[in-house]
Amino acid sequence: MLAARNLTWRAGGRTILSGISLMAAESEFLAIVGPNGSGKSSLLTLLAGLRPPRAGQVLLRGVDLQDIRRRDVARVIALVEQQAETGERLTARQAVKLGRTPHLGPLRPWSRQDDRIVDAALASVGMTGFASRPWPSLSGGERQRLHIARALAQAPRILILDEPTNHLDVEHQLGLLELVRARDLTVIAALHDLNHAAMFADRIAVLDRGRLVATGRPAEILTPRLLAEIFHVDARVEPGPDGRCFIRLLGVSRPAPEECPAR
Amino acid sequence: MTWRRLAAGGLAMLVLLAALAMGAAIGETRIPLDVVGKTLANRLWGAGYGLDPIDEGVVWHYRVARALVAAACGAALAVCGAVLQSMLRNALADPYLLGISAGASSGAVSVAILGLGGGFLSLSLGALIGALVAFGLVALLALKAGRGAAAIILAGIAGSQLFSALTSFIVTKSANAEQARGIMFWLLGNLSGVRWPDVGLALPVALIGCLVCIAHARALDAFAFGANAAAALGIAVRRMQVIMFGATALMTAIMVSIVGSIGFVGLVIPHAARALVGVRHHALLPVSALLGAVFMIAADILSRTIIPGQVLPIGVMTALFGAPAFAVILMQRPVTR
Repeated sequence: MLAARNLTWRAGGRTILSGISLMAAESEFLAIVGPNGSGKSSLLTLLAGLRPPRAGQVLLRGVDLQDIRRRDVARVIALVEQQAETGERLTARQAVKLGRTPHLGPLRPWSRQDDRIVDAALASVGMTGFASRPWPSLSGGERQRLHIARALAQAPRILILDEPTNHLDVEHQLGLLELVRARDLTVIAALHDLNHAAMFADRIAVLDRGRLVATGRPAEILTPRLLAEIFHVDARVEPGPDGRCFIRLLGVSRPAPEECPAR
Repeated sequence: MTWRRLAAGGLAMLVLLAALAMGAAIGETRIPLDVVGKTLANRLWGAGYGLDPIDEGVVWHYRVARALVAAACGAALAVCGAVLQSMLRNALADPYLLGISAGASSGAVSVAILGLGGGFLSLSLGALIGALVAFGLVALLALKAGRGAAAIILAGIAGSQLFSALTSFIVTKSANAEQARGIMFWLLGNLSGVRWPDVGLALPVALIGCLVCIAHARALDAFAFGANAAAALGIAVRRMQVIMFGATALMTAIMVSIVGSIGFVGLVIPHAARALVGVRHHALLPVSALLGAVFMIAADILSRTIIPGQVLPIGVMTALFGAPAFAVILMQRPVTR
């Protein structure tokens, strides 16, 4: 469905990502995990086609994203950024309506069908009652749920999420991940909480300092050794059903701080 | 929905026509509205009413032309302000942010004081060239600085400061007191010299410019959460930046070259329009245009009548009466966290 080939990205004279090759299959939930500054957000930006990579390519069903019109990309791929804020006083519903943008045009005005899609998106994140609330009056979690609703209103085949559970309480964290997994969508999500990755992802890709260090099923990837090496934490991993697992964090691994100078 | 839109459009036209009629009737000598109407009938379809030729001349040659240019400028500046505020996601953005008025004043003083162009360039043309040169420099700088909203705003500030300094330099070095005063009046905005040929330039530019912006209303909406979010919604951000910054720069430069740099309208009218109809550009841009046009005609009427026998620069009026009105709008906004 979506494949990255040998992606390289540099910014401010620093190499952020190098030699990333990765692919997400139809209807797969791919979690991207890694410590702060490992390049997760940059990778998602490239996968969404917002920037051309310095080297390598991103292929959507075999076609380079840079060769597809922006609008056609947006009909297939929706992105929820980590921090997208606005100073505009739009209402919750207006924010979700933006999701229909790539489907509308001079010959395709707003229709009842669009209204139904927006209503359904609002309902799916439990924000129907908030539809007419102005954006500045909403909490961080409510805004985050609306961003997800906006992405769903885009009716994409691929949903790219950057730390989607930020700002959400536990109920809404799990609710949101269940919601996107229940849809017949390819999901690529950067996740901080390794247990979320272990519970929801079909596969996990681990990034460290701009390189892809491992990909595979949660139970294969999230081993005590990898958690110590990459995340510098001691943990016990308990096996779960269908290749999943549960992680019990015990603490920061002791020798790590010396090995890893402050960045 | 369509009916409501038609009704709103009709109402807007009525308001605009009423403002234009007032602009033609009110002045140093008050001319009755029926004379204004008959003059228009005579001129537009040769109705042949017998009128005082002086009244008819004043209405047609001075006031109608002036009111039309005021309306075109007000509409254009307000729409430019709304577009720039959305694209740059900055409530303080105005049409002069990209160095245009500073460049125009440098161009104008280069022609008027340094005698650039050897008498072949008019003040207006000099201002237009200056504005476009300044915008070109700012655009180039913004491109080199990374294209983000902050980069564009900072490049605009750098360009504006540079050209303002250049203007001050030329004025202090070469101008006599009379010239310096004249330039200051020009900079504050002046509709006194406006005649029909100016209408022929201002009206089509404002109409086409506003229509181009309104045609991109949906794409402008998509910028609410920033350029990245707009791109993720399928907007070709680069192309959009070129069209929007290009169109607003051209509109503003032409308006400034005709009437000088009238402040306040482009900054404040879009906020007033948002308070009235919300943030969606399908409504925001037309309402900004209407409010801008009516506000500018009203400011022009005041500038001609508030001190008998003297015409104040219209820029003084727009700020003097606009600022308190804006303060009222700001205070009436519902408080939110």
